[in-house]
Amino acid sequence: MENATPSPAGNGSWSPRIIAFFCNWCTYTAADLAGVSRLKYAANTRTIRLMCSGRVDPQFILEAFAKGADGVLIGGCHPNDCHYAEGNYKMLRRFQLLKRMLKDLGIAEERLRLEWISAAEGEKVKSVINDMVKKITALGPLDLPGKFADWDREMTALAHAVESAPVEKEVAHA
Amino acid sequence: MYTPKKHEPVRIGFYVCHCGTNIAGMVDVQALARYVATLPNVVVSRDYKYMCSDPGQEMIVQDIIENRLNRIVVAACSPLLHEHTFREATRRGGLNPFFFQMVNIREHDSWVHTDRQLATRKAMALARAAIQRVPLHKPLEVKKVSINPNVLVVGGGIAGIHAALVLANAGKQVYLVERDPTIGGHMAKFDKTFPTLDCAMCVLSPKMAAAGSHPNITLWSYSEVVKVDGYVGNFKVTVRRKPRYVLEDLCTGCQECVEACIYKEPKFRDEFNLGLSKRKPVFLPFPQAIPPVVLIDPETCIELKTGKCKKTCVEACGDRKAIDFKQKEELREITVGTIIVATGFQIFDAKRTPYYGYGIYPNVYNALEVERLVNASGPTGGEIILRNGQVPKKVAIIHCVGSRDENSNRWCSRVCCLYSLKLAHLIHEHTQAEIYNFYIDIRTPGKSMEEFYCRIAEEGINLIRGRVADVYPDPSDGATGRLIVQAEDTMLDCIMKVPVDMVVLSVGLEPHSDTEKIRRLFNMSCSSEGWFLERHPKLAPVSTFTDGIFLAGCCQGPKDIPDSVAQAGAAAAEAFSLIDKGNIEQEPNTAFVVEAECSGCKSCIPLCPYTAISLLPDKKKAYINEALCKGCGTCVAACPSGSIVQNLFEDAEIFNEIEGLLAPTSF
Ligand SMILES: Cc1cc2nc3c(=O)[nH]c(=O)nc-3n(C[C@H](O)[C@H](O)[C@H](O)COP(=O)(O)OP(=O)(O)OC[C@H]3O[C@@H](n4cnc5c(N)ncnc54)[C@H](O)[C@@H]3O)c2cc1C
Ligand code: SF4
Ligand code: SF4
Ligand code: FES
Repeated sequence: MENATPSPAGNGSWSPRIIAFFCNWCTYTAADLAGVSRLKYAANTRTIRLMCSGRVDPQFILEAFAKGADGVLIGGCHPNDCHYAEGNYKMLRRFQLLKRMLKDLGIAEERLRLEWISAAEGEKVKSVINDMVKKITALGPLDLPGKFADWDREMTALAHAVESAPVEKEVAHA
Repeated sequence: MYTPKKHEPVRIGFYVCHCGTNIAGMVDVQALARYVATLPNVVVSRDYKYMCSDPGQEMIVQDIIENRLNRIVVAACSPLLHEHTFREATRRGGLNPFFFQMVNIREHDSWVHTDRQLATRKAMALARAAIQRVPLHKPLEVKKVSINPNVLVVGGGIAGIHAALVLANAGKQVYLVERDPTIGGHMAKFDKTFPTLDCAMCVLSPKMAAAGSHPNITLWSYSEVVKVDGYVGNFKVTVRRKPRYVLEDLCTGCQECVEACIYKEPKFRDEFNLGLSKRKPVFLPFPQAIPPVVLIDPETCIELKTGKCKKTCVEACGDRKAIDFKQKEELREITVGTIIVATGFQIFDAKRTPYYGYGIYPNVYNALEVERLVNASGPTGGEIILRNGQVPKKVAIIHCVGSRDENSNRWCSRVCCLYSLKLAHLIHEHTQAEIYNFYIDIRTPGKSMEEFYCRIAEEGINLIRGRVADVYPDPSDGATGRLIVQAEDTMLDCIMKVPVDMVVLSVGLEPHSDTEKIRRLFNMSCSSEGWFLERHPKLAPVSTFTDGIFLAGCCQGPKDIPDSVAQAGAAAAEAFSLIDKGNIEQEPNTAFVVEAECSGCKSCIPLCPYTAISLLPDKKKAYINEALCKGCGTCVAACPSGSIVQNLFEDAEIFNEIEGLLAPTSF
């Protein structure tokens, strides 16, 4: 399927777009460290900073997919290390529910990822992002906005067909 | 303060920083400014060399006034670095500082990518997210909470002692908690210190005594922090005081009990001398110990083990009645506003490099043991006598044991070259022995250190460049315990085999084995090596990621005494500056319940780790106590009816960010 919006690869070829939700205290800081250490990784993620991974509302994730993300990455502190004691556990529980739900929707498992990355693990930011980009590149675009547009078209066509159908036929069906 | 009215149109000023070439080298900043200029509500869009400089900030201030801006977005470095700077500039322009949003295009973009086009496109997406977000920003006020002036210092080595004294002298109440029965740390074991070769205890013991008797210092030795609750300004700390079986207030340190102990001779391993001497079950760790109070070891004391001792110690103590076999461990709770962690290091266990024979051949010593041997108050009275009673004539000192080694610790321990030179000098001075120092590189950074190296080198020790491969018994001589040190001399390009009587292993410094536990306790981070992580290596070298908790000394990384003391002073000053201000400003990122929308389902209540949420009994609606809320946002994400709002991180703001990040950019 064609991707409706231009992708970060530029020059026409497709490359995934990943929205990352990083907690302020561990993973966001780790990504800063990756920068200070001048580690190099794929340019496919765009990060939203939240105070804690516990703030990640499932709706944020669904919204990201709905608006055209090919993947969503959540980064929080390691178990027992959350700045707010246990926000990451709360996230983990939600994440497990959400994973099941996405599966039912036919969205591949690799598109949603949760990683514990401490403030010292700049290297892990790099390897996780590179790995995720690789896996999602292999999956290809998700393009929910495109699919929504297709569904919309189908729905209108269907509605149209229903409207213009002769009444008797409907009665016959009933 | 100026806050735009509801109906007033949003007018955004956007600024992208070149950061010299740090950003401009990888992100097309002009293209970014042009792109942002086309976005809705943007009135001003500029690029500038250094936004954080005075002229950069002034530009924002002037633009706010002249162009009637009411929102500011800066694309530059990490918000963790300069968010505060630009919020202040926004405030100086007459706006509420929270009408500002920062975009990280350096740490998260220009520094980590290699393709200019992709990096620029990413910067556009990130900038757009902020441009879409700021119109929703609300004016907020910072909360001020008062700060408890008491300070907890954890670890009584030279760093902890110094920090405690600085604060106590400034009139602050300090709790100094030390795990061992005495303060002093590693320095108390040394005879002399590099680079001055002055006597360690002459410098340290007055400081130890001052810390022990200072009216503003509560010294709890033989104690450990077991629990830390609360936040900067108001930490609740639980300290466990292990039983000494001696009442500190009553013991005069006369040691008559030690003399009178049923064990006529010392029989048990003396920890302070690393097992090079023996002690009794009742003992003082070393003569200048602070507090000068004996303790009884329950593992070896007959009374404590069997209850069937004649208790000659109690008799000797007499009217002082300081010995109390019924003493129990005590838990003490204290409240402090700031904490300084100064737990130091442990030495590398040389048994992990078995090819050097430590623990196998009696004449192989680690450097700390040798510090005790050369010490006038050490187990041999300062004479270097080997375990076989001989005085060594030839001594090898092997540098970098457990440092700069892929198989053990990769880092340079910074002090070993220098203390190896010191020990070379001291051993030679005491014994006239011939000394061989085997090194990889001689590293002597720091003031007066190179001079110290030259001085020792001129004394005629043999400096051999080459890693030692093996230490083994001299086959031609089994009886005296002579050893062969085999190394490759990389200067002469030959294999050397040097027969010696004594081998000294210059063991490296490493994080304590319980680092992980301590890190958790204080909610700190560690570097991958296990040293406690400073907030910023250059700008916040003694702060941690937890507000109000500071670092001093070797727990943050290997360093010498001068640097440990300097860092302790810095940590004390940081704590002092917080205390002196009297209060701390807290991010207003707290959450609140929109009562009209709350269904009273109570799902949020158990989620809050700070029990900030309760149900208003009359209204059957949830209520968040703002003073308790720390702003994690967990309840916000969980409320099924979406009726909790987190300031600074409102749902709508995040949704706008998501949309902005994924909007098509034409570039
Ligand atoms: C063999 C050797 C020789 C050296 N010679 C020199 C020299 O000549 N000159 C020089 O400048 N430097 C020298 N150094 C370096 C010097 O030892 C350090 O710079 C200095 O000891 C650092 O002080 P500190 O207070 O940070 O740590 P430490 O001296 O390790 O003190 C830490 C203290 O904290 C306590 N502690 C640990 N964990 C806890 C806990 N959880 N709760 C409570 N308390 C705790 C420990 O018991 C200890 O008392 C040498 C090092 C070695 C190994
Ligand atoms: S979860 Fe939401 S609706 Fe339920 S009690 Fe808390 S605030 Fe009210
Ligand atoms: S935001 Fe966090 S700290 Fe504040 S009330 Fe909600 S759960 Fe508690
Ligand atoms: S603060 Fe990082 S996961 Fe909670």
